[in-house]
Amino acid sequence: MTATRDKFGRPIVVVTGMGVVTSLGIGKSDNWAKLTAGESGIRTITRFPIDGLKTSMAGTIDFLPVETASSTDLSERLADLVTEEAIAQSAIGTTADFPGPLFLAVAPVEIEWPQRLELGRDAGKAEYDYDDLLRVSGGGKYVGYHRRFLFGSVADYLAEKYGTKGSPISLSTACASGATAIQLGVEAIRRGETDAALCVGTDGSVNPEALIRFSLLSALSMRNDSPHTAVRPFAKNRDGFVMAEGAGALVLESYEAATARGAKILGVVAGCGELADSFHRTRSSPDGKPIIGCVRNALSDAGIVPGQIDYINAHGTGTPENDKMEYLGIASVFGDQTGSIPVSSNKSMVGHTLSAAGAVEAVFSLLTLEHQRIPPTINYDVPDPAIPFDVVPNKARDARVTAVMSNSFGFGGQNASLILTREPI
Amino acid sequence: MTETKSSNPGSAEVWITGVGLATSLGEGLDANWDALNQRRINVDEKGFAPYVVHPWAPVNFDTQIPKKGDQRQMEAWQRIGTYAAGLALDSAGVKGNKEILGRMDMIVAAGGGERDLAVDTGILQAEAKGNSAPGFLNERLMNDLRPTLFLAQLSNLLAGNIAIVHGVTGSSRTFMGEEAAGVNAARIALARIAAGQSDIALIGGSQNSERKDMLVLYEFDDFNLKDKFEPVWARSPKTGFALGSAGVFLVIESRTHAEARGAKPYARLTNVVADQARRKSPGEVTATLETLWSKLGKLGDNGAIITGATGAQPVTSEELAFLRHHPDFAVRAIGTAFGHTMEAQFPLGLALAALSISRGALFSPNDPTALEVEMSKPPTQIVVIGAGHWRGEGMALVEAVK
Repeated sequence: MTATRDKFGRPIVVVTGMGVVTSLGIGKSDNWAKLTAGESGIRTITRFPIDGLKTSMAGTIDFLPVETASSTDLSERLADLVTEEAIAQSAIGTTADFPGPLFLAVAPVEIEWPQRLELGRDAGKAEYDYDDLLRVSGGGKYVGYHRRFLFGSVADYLAEKYGTKGSPISLSTACASGATAIQLGVEAIRRGETDAALCVGTDGSVNPEALIRFSLLSALSMRNDSPHTAVRPFAKNRDGFVMAEGAGALVLESYEAATARGAKILGVVAGCGELADSFHRTRSSPDGKPIIGCVRNALSDAGIVPGQIDYINAHGTGTPENDKMEYLGIASVFGDQTGSIPVSSNKSMVGHTLSAAGAVEAVFSLLTLEHQRIPPTINYDVPDPAIPFDVVPNKARDARVTAVMSNSFGFGGQNASLILTREPI
Repeated sequence: MTETKSSNPGSAEVWITGVGLATSLGEGLDANWDALNQRRINVDEKGFAPYVVHPWAPVNFDTQIPKKGDQRQMEAWQRIGTYAAGLALDSAGVKGNKEILGRMDMIVAAGGGERDLAVDTGILQAEAKGNSAPGFLNERLMNDLRPTLFLAQLSNLLAGNIAIVHGVTGSSRTFMGEEAAGVNAARIALARIAAGQSDIALIGGSQNSERKDMLVLYEFDDFNLKDKFEPVWARSPKTGFALGSAGVFLVIESRTHAEARGAKPYARLTNVVADQARRKSPGEVTATLETLWSKLGKLGDNGAIITGATGAQPVTSEELAFLRHHPDFAVRAIGTAFGHTMEAQFPLGLALAALSISRGALFSPNDPTALEVEMSKPPTQIVVIGAGHWRGEGMALVEAVK
């Protein structure tokens, strides 16, 4: 009989279903084909006027036939798509009866400008303040906005539609959220609370205010003339990240439950690590200790040593700061092996899907394991001598890949790393 | 839906060893305890009229957030929460203990930060006057938004600020989703410690109720209590909640971990269970609460219930029906004294349960309908209930340590 527990005696956690949508397209096949062809999903924004913006491009998802009035509407639609794809692949449960809890990484929710302007017009005068908005808000006319703009609203929708069990968890660890959602699912299965968990990350937040917020923090690339070549992770001429939309979903199961029902196993979540940084709200500790600790925690949680990792799916946002710190963190842990491990950034092509990134990149990491092919880091023309990674420049590469590390780092000192393998270790 | 399973029975015992409270009734355990027993309520019916809110009782932030620069980087909800988190760490005796803080897990239940109302209003007025050319919104936001405001609004930046100010860095997770976020923060932290995935955790949340932008969200379905304050059980015909300001944090840890460092418990956190009824037909919340109750563990005599009942309908009536099935338990609705602190409401219930057990008394009833009655004996078990105004039901069992 195959062992169903890992070397620490915990239930092994496997992936039996995956779904993904990014600016490259809908679904795993389309995304994988474009990702390994080195295509970029970054384009000039057409959803709203770009006049006066310092950054006017994004990895928007404009190809869905859906009327979205807010970022949360789009986040919900994207989460729905990937969940459907993941559950269909895993063939778990029955319709609207997923046998486990939901962990959803979702962007913080708030009323947005279209709604605010609608209330303003409703107030019906030229000089008004928030009291006037408040006055027109009640009375039942805008009940739908209460439902929509609750922080739990996307999880509420998914929980009902897919019949997940118990109290769904909506979470944010900024740009590490997707990884945290997976970590929560892994932990629940390891505790023996459940045999399955639905872990989803989604983000549809390309709207004027969200874009401007990042722009004001000088985090975004301004290479507006050439959106396809704007994101340049690890390159010397990198100048920021590009916001993007997307979603990723994973059906996690205990190895025992998955094999018992004869499910096809797509990979293993062998380890999760996290460590918070107390240095600064947007910058990493200059000594790299929190990233180093996070990466080490993931390795030790998986019970493996650095030499067993043969591909790193980098956070790789393309900001000067992130890429430098990610190199410092990885080099400190991997030592002499650093230059010989392929490290690539999916964000060079799909952009930074923020709350979804950890989940999207976990899906791509598992596809890397499945296809034994590493997606490239595109737009890598000018190497940064300070970051001597093998970034798999510009062209995908066939390789033997048995264990992948996927990193996610976010504002607020958030660091999370996942170890994904093809087979139980 | 079936309920979320709780942590493995028979696994590690978990204690509440730190409690930090900074609310509309004041700062610290004594101030809040005394106010409850004196039936003192801090409510503002005029400042946001017709909406009733419980304003925060000001503190000297410097005592918990020494750097002015840190204070300036936060909006009120973050300052309130970071302040209360510091009180909890002090209470647990771990403040400044780098070894423990460096591996302390953190789960914060958070909403989002306040908007800059002047910026919003300026844009809306300009639009009303016809200044709505393409790019107008972009231009105003580019010029008017403070760059750091984003960080003061981001949900996970309360946890981020707690890490920066107090050095809690073992892990940092932020749960969102209104009342249920507070339930799940406690549930997951407890489950992880009970299962040996964690030794010690900081959990809690905060809310600043003096926010018109937040009132707008709840006004969409007329949830805000208007005109005149009434205790939670006496809100008829006018229903709803008065938003409350509070920062509430607890330190919970395994008994073994607490004993090894000589920490004293306020109480034991025995169980936290949660579910999400669809609420499509009457009675679903009552039934869900009954199911959760049956999962809590063995309930004996000398029990009490502390509920975060909101005053919103129909959920409050459904909860009332549940409470009437359990008349042996003395009930306290904390929404009367504190208002509705949303994500922080369940942690607030846990804090007051731990405090009541440690002080050997349940605080005074405050209810003209007489649902709440005096309790003369020291409570040994307190069930904390959190039924969200729209979604989410949770329950915890807090017990005296044996």
